[in-house]
Amino acid sequence: MGKTLFEKVWDAHVVAQDPGAPAVLYIDAHLIHEVTSPQAFGMLRERGLKAYRPERTFATMDHAIPTRSLDIALWPSDAATQVRTLRQNCEDFGITLWDIEGDVQGIVHVVGPEMGVTQPGMTIVCGDSHTSTHGAFGALAFGIGTSEVAHVLATQCLLQHKPKTFAINVDGELGFGVTAKDVILAIIAKNGAAGGTGYVFEYRGSAIRKMSMANRMTICNMSIEGGARAGMIAPDETTFEYIKGRPYAPKGEEWDRAVAYWRTLVSDAGATFDRELTLDGAKLEPMVTYGTNPGQGVPVTGCIPMPDDLDDAAQRRSLFSALEYMGLKPGQPMEGQPIDIVFIGSCTNGRIEDLREAAKLVQGKRVADSVQALVVPGSKAVKAQAEKEGLDRIFSEAGFEWRGAGCSMCLAMNEDKAGAGKYVASTSNRNFQGRQGPGARSLLMSPIMAAAAAVNGRVVDVRDMLN
Amino acid sequence: MEPIQKLTARAVPLRAENVDTDQIIPARFLTAVTKEGMGDGLFYSWRYTSEGEPKPDFVLNDPVCSGAEILIAGRNFGSGSSREHAVWALTDYGFRCVITPGFADIFYNNSLKNGLLLAPLPEDAVNMLLDLVEEDPTTVIEVDLERQTVTLPDGQEHHFEIDPFRKMCLLQGVDDLGYLQSKAEAVAAHEARSPY
Repeated sequence: MGKTLFEKVWDAHVVAQDPGAPAVLYIDAHLIHEVTSPQAFGMLRERGLKAYRPERTFATMDHAIPTRSLDIALWPSDAATQVRTLRQNCEDFGITLWDIEGDVQGIVHVVGPEMGVTQPGMTIVCGDSHTSTHGAFGALAFGIGTSEVAHVLATQCLLQHKPKTFAINVDGELGFGVTAKDVILAIIAKNGAAGGTGYVFEYRGSAIRKMSMANRMTICNMSIEGGARAGMIAPDETTFEYIKGRPYAPKGEEWDRAVAYWRTLVSDAGATFDRELTLDGAKLEPMVTYGTNPGQGVPVTGCIPMPDDLDDAAQRRSLFSALEYMGLKPGQPMEGQPIDIVFIGSCTNGRIEDLREAAKLVQGKRVADSVQALVVPGSKAVKAQAEKEGLDRIFSEAGFEWRGAGCSMCLAMNEDKAGAGKYVASTSNRNFQGRQGPGARSLLMSPIMAAAAAVNGRVVDVRDMLN
Repeated sequence: MEPIQKLTARAVPLRAENVDTDQIIPARFLTAVTKEGMGDGLFYSWRYTSEGEPKPDFVLNDPVCSGAEILIAGRNFGSGSSREHAVWALTDYGFRCVITPGFADIFYNNSLKNGLLLAPLPEDAVNMLLDLVEEDPTTVIEVDLERQTVTLPDGQEHHFEIDPFRKMCLLQGVDDLGYLQSKAEAVAAHEARSPY
């Protein structure tokens, strides 16, 4: 019997496996940021431990930092303290830091791949649930808690139970105006926000194979929103081409050896998965969420479900509490829903490809008067590239605010918060209650759908604008 | 980490599904660089109005729930962000056990590393517990980790699953780090053969 991609990567990293105990899994690359790492360094200090392989950990600043000013003296004191603490910790423990004052900084899941740290077949962890993003390269990548951050710093290992495997097949050609974001929102709507709990997804099929790395990262990024800690896509020429020449990518003969190995990282023909789900890509439409978990989404041409459409009492209760929070009604059509704020950015959709697509749509148009719109590039490199291409001018002239790199309004840790009751068309990954600010109401969608909402001041079917 | 063997306590009924870690502790409370005091932010947006006044209709604000050490909630508890602050908030507030039909993976791992006992029970049993505690908030529930049981005052007993390794860690109050450190030789051998 063959092995799945996941099983190949898992097996190659099991350092020890005692009977009755979880596996000791070796971690190749560890990413950290200012918010979930300070207590981990504290745990090391308490026990008098050093970082075992400091060269395998990379730090940047993204979650709490303001996106308006790089001058730390002007920041709120708690964000400044977290950034200063990270600097001190990286210095004390010998860890590479991509600082806000340098050229390389941004959302950890945008910067890691940009730097070539993320490679096929690796195990990659970070104290952030969207670490699943890196699975787009055929890495086994998942989010961990702060105790586990300390474990990786101290031993480069984690104790892990082996998850089960779940194949998600997306075949067929995606329709005009249908993006990777719509694919993953459709998968989660179908399988539920907890449907992947205990599993690692492998995204397969012709629609996935045709996607760019940016699009694959969008898909894998939201694996956690479907309950799966990790999602993977087998590496191929698209993957190798993306990695080649990046600062931490293998060079020369090492590159050839690496690629030869990476080519073996596919699920064997005879491999079996614990579960499977198949979607016809050709039937998908642009998606919008209406509720307070990412599984509560419908095609833009659709309506919010009626309670009778749902399977059981718990789902109905979940619908009612979501709609009460969202100020929406069962059966209400999504098209036409007014929008107050548009946020384009995040580790889901803050890459240059996302900004290009959104800019194309807003070029020569104006953000509706009632709408506040902001674009937050995923990294300094994305920002610089966008400015080189003139995208910043397109956005600014249309009435968007053009910001510095960071997580920003995806989780509203900095001052970028949506007000209570405001409707946010957001390209981020979570529509939880208060996620984008206390009382804020998030509608998740693709970058082009969000751009279309900005221009119209309401939810529209972006395909009507593309025609 | 405090060992936990048996817990006999009152419970708080939280009738909600998909309680994500942003609800357990909103991101704006993650700006600390230590673990202390996280309980103040627990369920903040459900507990307090935008003016910071306690919301009388939220269950944790009901004086009868004061001192309860068990939280009972709906399916997919702890979904979303990996923030361990969610666990620190629950334990700092005084919870020692959470009973639901199911937990999100990262939250599950984080909880057991902090001595917060998680008892997954079938949904019917959880609904029954919610009914019972809502009807009589003074109901005392016994959670026995050694026997892996949740016992009600009438003697009714429900079994929950936990893997033997995690169970041992909780019973003894030890975390993973010492175990991982004991594997140093195997780690070095792996590093010598790994292509990365």
